[in-house]
Amino acid sequence: MAGSSIMDTLFQRTLEDLIKGLRLQLIGESAFISKVMDEIRREIKSTDPHTKATALQKLSYLSSLYFYDMSFSAFHVVELMSSTRFAHKRIAYHAASHSFNESTPVLVLITNQLRKDLTSANVLEVSLALDCLARIATIDLARDLNPEIFTLLSSSKVFVRKKAIGVILRVFEKYPDAARVCFKRLVENLESSDPQIVSAAVGVFCELAPKDPKSYLPLAPEFYRILVDSKNNWVLIKVLKIFAKLAPLEPRLAKRVIEPICDHMRRTGAKSLVFECIRTVVTSFTDYESAVKLAVVKIREFLVEDDPNLKYLALHALSIVAPNHLWAVLENKEVVIKFLSDLDPNIKLESLHLVMAMVSENNVAEISRVLLNYSLKSDPEFCNEILGSILSTCCRNVYEIIIDFDWYVSLIGEMSRIPHCQKGDEIEKQLIDIGLRVKDVRPELVQVGRGLLIDPALLGNPFLHKILSAAAWVSGEYVEFSRNPLELMEALLQPRTGLLPPLIRAVYIQSAFKVLVFCIHSYFSETEIKASIPCPGNVVPLESELASEMECPEASESEIHNASPIRKQEENFNPRVSNQSFKDLSEDYGEQIDTSCGQTSSLASLERNVFTDESIINTLNKIELAVGPLSETHEVEILERARNLLCFIELIRQYLPNGLIQKEESLKMGEIEAYKIVELMQDAISDELGPVSVTAQERVPLPADLVLLENLADLEAVLPDIQPHLNSLSLGSPFLEETPGVPLPTHQNIEELEPTKESTSLLTEHRRRHGLYYLPSEKNDVSNDYPPANDLKSQDDAEDLVKLTEQSLVSKKKPNHAKPRPVVVKLDEGDLVPTAAKPQSKDDSLSDAVREVLFGNESNLSSSKNKPSDRSSSKNKGKEKLNVDTSELKEDLGIDKHHHTNSSSRKSKHHSHGKERRHRSSSDVGDQRDKNGEEGKKKSSHHHSRHKARPRTAAPSSVTPQTQVIPDFLL
Amino acid sequence: MIRAVMVINTQGKPRLAKFYDVQSLEKQQELIRNIYGVLCSRAENVSNFMEVESFFGPDTRLVYKHYATLYFVFIFDSSENELAMLDLIQVFVETLEKCFRNVCELDIVFNYSKMHAILDEIVFGGQVLETSSAEVMRAVEEISKLETASNSISLVPKSVSSWRSR
Repeated sequence: MAGSSIMDTLFQRTLEDLIKGLRLQLIGESAFISKVMDEIRREIKSTDPHTKATALQKLSYLSSLYFYDMSFSAFHVVELMSSTRFAHKRIAYHAASHSFNESTPVLVLITNQLRKDLTSANVLEVSLALDCLARIATIDLARDLNPEIFTLLSSSKVFVRKKAIGVILRVFEKYPDAARVCFKRLVENLESSDPQIVSAAVGVFCELAPKDPKSYLPLAPEFYRILVDSKNNWVLIKVLKIFAKLAPLEPRLAKRVIEPICDHMRRTGAKSLVFECIRTVVTSFTDYESAVKLAVVKIREFLVEDDPNLKYLALHALSIVAPNHLWAVLENKEVVIKFLSDLDPNIKLESLHLVMAMVSENNVAEISRVLLNYSLKSDPEFCNEILGSILSTCCRNVYEIIIDFDWYVSLIGEMSRIPHCQKGDEIEKQLIDIGLRVKDVRPELVQVGRGLLIDPALLGNPFLHKILSAAAWVSGEYVEFSRNPLELMEALLQPRTGLLPPLIRAVYIQSAFKVLVFCIHSYFSETEIKASIPCPGNVVPLESELASEMECPEASESEIHNASPIRKQEENFNPRVSNQSFKDLSEDYGEQIDTSCGQTSSLASLERNVFTDESIINTLNKIELAVGPLSETHEVEILERARNLLCFIELIRQYLPNGLIQKEESLKMGEIEAYKIVELMQDAISDELGPVSVTAQERVPLPADLVLLENLADLEAVLPDIQPHLNSLSLGSPFLEETPGVPLPTHQNIEELEPTKESTSLLTEHRRRHGLYYLPSEKNDVSNDYPPANDLKSQDDAEDLVKLTEQSLVSKKKPNHAKPRPVVVKLDEGDLVPTAAKPQSKDDSLSDAVREVLFGNESNLSSSKNKPSDRSSSKNKGKEKLNVDTSELKEDLGIDKHHHTNSSSRKSKHHSHGKERRHRSSSDVGDQRDKNGEEGKKKSSHHHSRHKARPRTAAPSSVTPQTQVIPDFLL
Repeated sequence: MIRAVMVINTQGKPRLAKFYDVQSLEKQQELIRNIYGVLCSRAENVSNFMEVESFFGPDTRLVYKHYATLYFVFIFDSSENELAMLDLIQVFVETLEKCFRNVCELDIVFNYSKMHAILDEIVFGGQVLETSSAEVMRAVEEISKLETASNSISLVPKSVSSWRSR
């Protein structure tokens, strides 16, 4: 044993040998390392500390730079930590801070060793322990070693004191109650004469402040002093960062510090400090016009520097200013646009953001044109950045800045053809969204869609598939605007569609179905039927009859089992349509038929030649040829739609004239029969779709007696062979429908099930019974009649949206636009994803602790659980001279404090805060304490009465107490 | 605070890596690889910033400086100033220069322990505690003095005693 140990010691590879070996690489790196690792595993068990230390050092090296696991060595690390030799200790501490984490089991073993080293006379050992603690401190370590750290915070040696300050951050993070003990000393360090200490302390506050700025407001005078007095740029930068967080909370503080900040900005030569001043002003002092102006001047100086870093940061600062002070960007427009062609990708990107910030409805066309041209020349990555930012800017706030939608749609079409374009998802979304929202743009949309569909080359680019899907959907949905539906049909069926993924191909087939229905419908109305039946007079009654028979257009079999996202949307939307009263519906239909008749007749000149018997028959043959093979496919989506299409053709074909001979005797009942079928289909499809509010689901009122089971297992017992999502009330399982206690799946499901009704009588029955699952009719305004986008009256319940639109109202009536802006459908509040109420920054325990120290209140009963250190904390507090009589005051306030516990902690904080302030000044003066106490009491009673008045207003405005309390800030 | 400090050579080999928040070894390796992938594609004479939010999560920034065969990389969050971090890289390199005289990659390769000593004096648990390279040098020299002292004291008696105990 001893022998092997000595051999190890004598012939052990040192770290240097290891590195040399790695560099020589005689046997390959990984083979060499695994050999070394074997040695290490043996050596680390050695009883000789030197061997062990060397092994551990090698292991740390391999772990740190070659990422080998060293968790197996944890115990040896602990062993070596207790070595008396500094070299070994250092290796062990290094290994510990590198490899230990919260879950390392041996962590509990090092507490005593750390304590010993923290109290060591050797500053370097203390430093090692502190460094290790700063990396690996857990809640236990932080709690147990808190007293030692507290002592070190006032150490006379700067070298350890600054590190002790540094370690505070980790200690507070892990064990917030430590603040009760250490916070005062930390604050005292701010007043130290040693710049290093101040720097370290300010650094800690700079980390703490963003988490809960309010708690650190009382320290503003200290920070202010540093801001004015310090000559150290590092410290100034940190203080500026702190003020950037504090100033928005307290206007008078902002007023006070803005001058020194501007002074620094004017005077200093250090770019980093200038930039920090700029950033502070543009983020937190945007109301101070002169300061912002100065900052913009400085930004411009940066912009013309040669250093790309300064340019980049200046652009970055500009983009922070932009939302509040667009003039700053416009002033520098030329430079910003010039940077678009900079070599540096960062600068290009920032300037792109700024250019987009300058976009308004007047220049959007121009800017987009320029950018699009530029994107053709730039590298793929930046090209997509450009496209992405154009898209996102234009769709902002429901296409607020777009006046000419025809232009925008054709721009999107153009965008899709840019070779590097990878924005398929976004373009798809917008194409469909615009189609749904903007009625007037549909002809152009169909035109653009045609252009995309007809080009076989585009099918080969997988990035475009999404766009093609949207184009196909648009073409099918708004086929009545197509100049040549038959051509469209060919485009939809072209052989290269085989390259599409199944879901998109299904959209193609579905669109082909719609186009076909439209063609045959027009064909019939153009030819025989039209001759026999005068169109408007006859169709409308038929329509309303149909409507009353099946209100739900999607009930046609073509729409069942749809799973593509577009279809889903439709189905979500559906209940609203269906819930309308029949009268409305038939009226609507009447209107629609009228318009569509108008359209047909306007297109008639075009179509008369198009829809001949021959062309229709040809089309049918073509479809059968193209889609026929798909009825065997394994893709369900495609299969389903292909079958639908083929069955429809089969249904129609028997009534169609087979050639010219039969046509002579064609006016028979079969024709009318066929016409009816087609009419039905046309009806099913031509119903207009609108945008769906994202909150639609939430508006479904929850029925009182609805009981949703967490677990649907017992449902399976009832219906063993049907999948839960398929088993539906509407599938007519009487068993289910008649059992009142059976859990309903979800609203979603109910809505989805609803269209699957085949029989209208069953449907009406279903509606009657489950009427409460349909949306209440007063919210139906969105569905069929489009409320004008900016009609303020219709948005009674969405004040915030009104505010947004008001801006657009003001600027929209620009006379220089040739076209009026088409109506864009907006939903009341559904367009904006509901912003989840921001979680109230809950008073975490650190803030509580900090407040307790700073304000001396005890509002936070929750966090002052009787931890062992609490005793020591109060003891320590007693020693603090500033605190001498806060306890008295606490008693004064205590009476009402106890009534308002956590809920009013903020308020009471302010009060006691006032006290604290007053107090400080009083202790400075010296003998006036009693008088002040009196005053405090008066104040407190005053506040007390305020307190009583307060609970009526649910949300206490934090402004009032502040105006009362903080007047002596910085005085 | 500073989230990580790295020195990577132009071949993508890490020469120094220190993460101030806990990352698994795999993650560390991946981060270094990702960062190197972007760094090596960047031209000379461009700005020294790099977008890393996709690697490190929100509110993280990266500055780097390229010296000879090495990239010096600092990753930090919004409580540090970008230009100050560039200065800090300068301080770090200056200190290395003072320590090794004409520092080159080899010095860094062979002085693993000393590199960490220097870095630990400048950045303590993610916070910048020292920006004067003279101060750093003084501390580092003290450390190595103490180390050699403890070793030389120990070496002779240890080998003798273990010899005897045989």
